[in-house]
Amino acid sequence: MAESVNDSDAESRISFGDYVVLKRGDVFKSVQVENKKKVIFEKQWFFLDNAVGQLFGTRFEIGAGGSLKLKAAKHSGDSLDSKEAGQDNRHILDDGKSQKLTRDDIETLKEQGLKGQHLYSIVNVFVYFSHLRYDTLAQILTLGNIHAGSKILVFETCAGLVLGSVMERMGGFGSVIQMYPGGGPTRAGMESFGFPSHFHETLHEFPLCKVNALLAGTLDLSEKDADGNRRSESSQETSGVSEERSSEPQSMEVSVDQQEEMRRVERERLREQKAQEKKVKMEEKRKKLASAAALLEGRNADGLVIASRFHPCPVLMGLLKFIAPSRPFVVYCQYREPLIECYTKLREQGGAISLRLTDSWLRHYQVLPNRTHPVLLMSGGGGYLLSGTTVAADSAKTRNQHKSEEHVAKRLKLDEISSA
Amino acid sequence: MSFVEYSEIIQEGDVVIIFQGHESMMPIKVQSGAQTQTRYGAIRHSSDLIGQRFGSKVTCSKGGWVYVLHPTPELWTVNLPHRTQILYTTDIANITLMLELKPGSVVCESGTGSGSLSHSILRTIAPTGHLHTVEFHAQRAEKAMQEFKEHKVSHLVTVRNQDVCKDGFGITGIADAVFLDIPSPWEAITHAKSAIKRKGGRICSFSPCIEQVQRTCEALLDHGFEEICTLEVLLRVHDVRTVTLPLPDFGPEEDSTDIPNTGNSSVICRTATPPREMAGHTGYLTFATKPRD
Repeated sequence: MAESVNDSDAESRISFGDYVVLKRGDVFKSVQVENKKKVIFEKQWFFLDNAVGQLFGTRFEIGAGGSLKLKAAKHSGDSLDSKEAGQDNRHILDDGKSQKLTRDDIETLKEQGLKGQHLYSIVNVFVYFSHLRYDTLAQILTLGNIHAGSKILVFETCAGLVLGSVMERMGGFGSVIQMYPGGGPTRAGMESFGFPSHFHETLHEFPLCKVNALLAGTLDLSEKDADGNRRSESSQETSGVSEERSSEPQSMEVSVDQQEEMRRVERERLREQKAQEKKVKMEEKRKKLASAAALLEGRNADGLVIASRFHPCPVLMGLLKFIAPSRPFVVYCQYREPLIECYTKLREQGGAISLRLTDSWLRHYQVLPNRTHPVLLMSGGGGYLLSGTTVAADSAKTRNQHKSEEHVAKRLKLDEISSA
Repeated sequence: MSFVEYSEIIQEGDVVIIFQGHESMMPIKVQSGAQTQTRYGAIRHSSDLIGQRFGSKVTCSKGGWVYVLHPTPELWTVNLPHRTQILYTTDIANITLMLELKPGSVVCESGTGSGSLSHSILRTIAPTGHLHTVEFHAQRAEKAMQEFKEHKVSHLVTVRNQDVCKDGFGITGIADAVFLDIPSPWEAITHAKSAIKRKGGRICSFSPCIEQVQRTCEALLDHGFEEICTLEVLLRVHDVRTVTLPLPDFGPEEDSTDIPNTGNSSVICRTATPPREMAGHTGYLTFATKPRD
């Protein structure tokens, strides 16, 4: 979780209206903190009022009448409880039986987001919606060399979890350009990271449907309204309409009620206000598009992260064009075969080295005196990664040259031996 | 160039990675007038490297060519000179995520070893964080300091040559995370705890042997750490290849106008096979949280 630079606790305190996650052992429940509202969790009911003003992560006991009391300082005996809880925390991923979050809870979490949790907890919960296991996410962030000050392209359909994780590792420095399919970028998961507002200034978005135009240099960034008509035309239309309208009252002045007149004027005012708001929104959208395009057209981005349900091959081949040489890229896919296709295509086309198709296995251990043993093995279900490094684009001619050069080098060696 | 910031053009004094082919890379320091031998011939630094773009192809004296890459902690991990057994990217990636490292984090690490994890931490916490790393072997501590300087990251790190179990990290109450990769981590838990901020933080201990893990978990418990969790992560690399599978000959079909398969025909498949042996065990990772004081 992003925390304020001066290390104050203000952002970590619970307020009314916050959505929080209640945790008891390995059971989680998302609720909203509301005044005098009864909450039921783990077969107990209580009120969250006394939690307001406390720090996230505080432990409470349920006292008489359902009011929360701060839990007394812990003894090491208590830790045993939380230690096991800490382990089970990660088990939620694999074993459907130990999952106690109901469908409702998951929907609530999805919609409303979390607050005050460590990233690894967020990751554990979000994995429900995205098949992306946290150890795979860890690999993505490190193999992608995600760090402050770089310019990273992200294309993901993991509800913003990957985007948020990338942004957290950038720390508000540099820029992130989120490529999105369809209408607009989804960022629900990213919002739950609770970034300070200046982080959002580093985040840009660009629609996939305009990528080809940008690459061809034909992207139109001039002022247009939603219908794609030139602005001047449409504004003429609206002013024409208002002219008509303004002429009406004059002719009906004699017979119409004064109130009716006021209503008409009010309607007209609202209409114009809406048109004005629309204009402002369109202008904002245009500006955002222009700034994202400016970042992309240099074709010098520092990294590419793809994690989506789309076929990765065309996405990768399309977006790699924006990446500078000698930069890493990472593609996540739930399945292996599409990544094999990517690998093959990259080999044919050139421009990428150190290609690796990997997946990771994760094993948890219970560590207790005389009772230490592995408890869970997660393998295969975490998805697959294709990673590599870009290099200066390779022409077919020089590649063949390399092949023949290899033969030359071998021959030279033999000559050296024979002449020795 | 630096290990925490990308640049476009190669300059004198840069450390670059020469890529000669699959699994064949080497780091070199760029010096005007110098030459480096590769399997494809010599590279002249002044003409072939300085002023060139990272990622470009360099033709060597014998005619073959190599790529010149910008260094990253991941490339460094597989190319650095080993002074000790090192941590590899798979473990490093999980440590980074589970310690919640990010720009601005203050991290304590012991032992520094060959600096594999150190470089990765520095990349993640830059530009506003700091790494306090402790190495009890004087020569290794010295070598580490040298490398950090060469890699233009020394402003982000303090190397201390001392025994972390006796003398701690040299700082108290300022760390967001502590990492231990030492033979007896349980002996350093007290110091680790005092190094962490009052508001709490994370700890990770890496140990190859389960007995070490048991003693460490016990010590963590005794010191009031919570959410103690031990895990192991292994990376499996899939070998992408083309395979040719022959088709069987069942003889000519009755009433069939199709041309029978008279043998010798086959199908080409692109597939990926896992390696025969999984990657070996590196170590167990034990994580825990120090709660707010």
